[in-house]
Amino acid sequence: MTNNDHSDEHHVLSYRFLATVLAGLIALTGLTVGVSYIDWGFLNVPIALAVASTKATLVLLFFMHIRYEGFTIKVSFITTVFVVAIMISFTFWDVAFR
Amino acid sequence: MEKAIDRTGIKIGMWIFLYSEIILFAGLFVLYAVYFHFYPDDFVAGGLELNRIFGTANTLVLLISSFTVAASITAVSNGKKNHAIGLLLFSLLCGLTFLINKYFEWGAKFHHGLYPNSDYLLDSEPGLQIFFGLYYTITGLHGIHVIIGMVLLAISLVMVINNRVTAERISMLDNSGLYWHLVDLIWIFVFPLFYLVL
Repeated sequence: MTNNDHSDEHHVLSYRFLATVLAGLIALTGLTVGVSYIDWGFLNVPIALAVASTKATLVLLFFMHIRYEGFTIKVSFITTVFVVAIMISFTFWDVAFR
Repeated sequence: MEKAIDRTGIKIGMWIFLYSEIILFAGLFVLYAVYFHFYPDDFVAGGLELNRIFGTANTLVLLISSFTVAASITAVSNGKKNHAIGLLLFSLLCGLTFLINKYFEWGAKFHHGLYPNSDYLLDSEPGLQIFFGLYYTITGLHGIHVIIGMVLLAISLVMVINNRVTAERISMLDNSGLYWHLVDLIWIFVFPLFYLVL
């Protein structure tokens, strides 16, 4: 499972790499604001959420370091996302098909 | 003999706390989704009242501050104490900018009679009342998180200055950073849902 012997050697990201991630996040913000001026009909929400999820993924993987974490943090994080997905989708099935 | 520090263990503890925060905000987003489903037209009308410029500016401020916080961890890990101090001060300034923006934004809404229980809102559609109720609840709770995040970063900054946070003992800064990124993460979803979805 986790390789505890090596988990103390922490992966240090360079300024340059972090700045590249920031540039990506700013570009995606520009994209989501720009796209919002066009009416895509029922696709408005999915497009906005898709861009937001991409941004969130960048923040999680690199700024929050999940990419370099061990098994425990990775799996527990994915489990949380799964719980949230269940919470949202089950509520929505109830509301949508009432 | 030095006491061993379990960095991974400390981090896992922080993450477990962050999971509870994620679920807290997810609950509010579920409310948003359900009422958006019931009152799509009112939500669109409410969203048009919000200022995209403010929203975009605050998004950029938080993204940049997240970068500087991540960079400060790099700086401490590389023993560059002065870089870390500068980066953390800048991050705190970003947090303050965010709150000042929020103050003007909320102030403008209040000025237009858009606040919970205002005469204007009580006379308008239920969907609009719910939209602004959620707007104030979610952005308000997020604002409290910004303040807590700034307090944690300020404590970390003092500890960096006092050499109590170093490359070997970085957990306080690491965990404060995680909290700050979570604040950013939540805003990444708040921004499109309130300001952009029309």
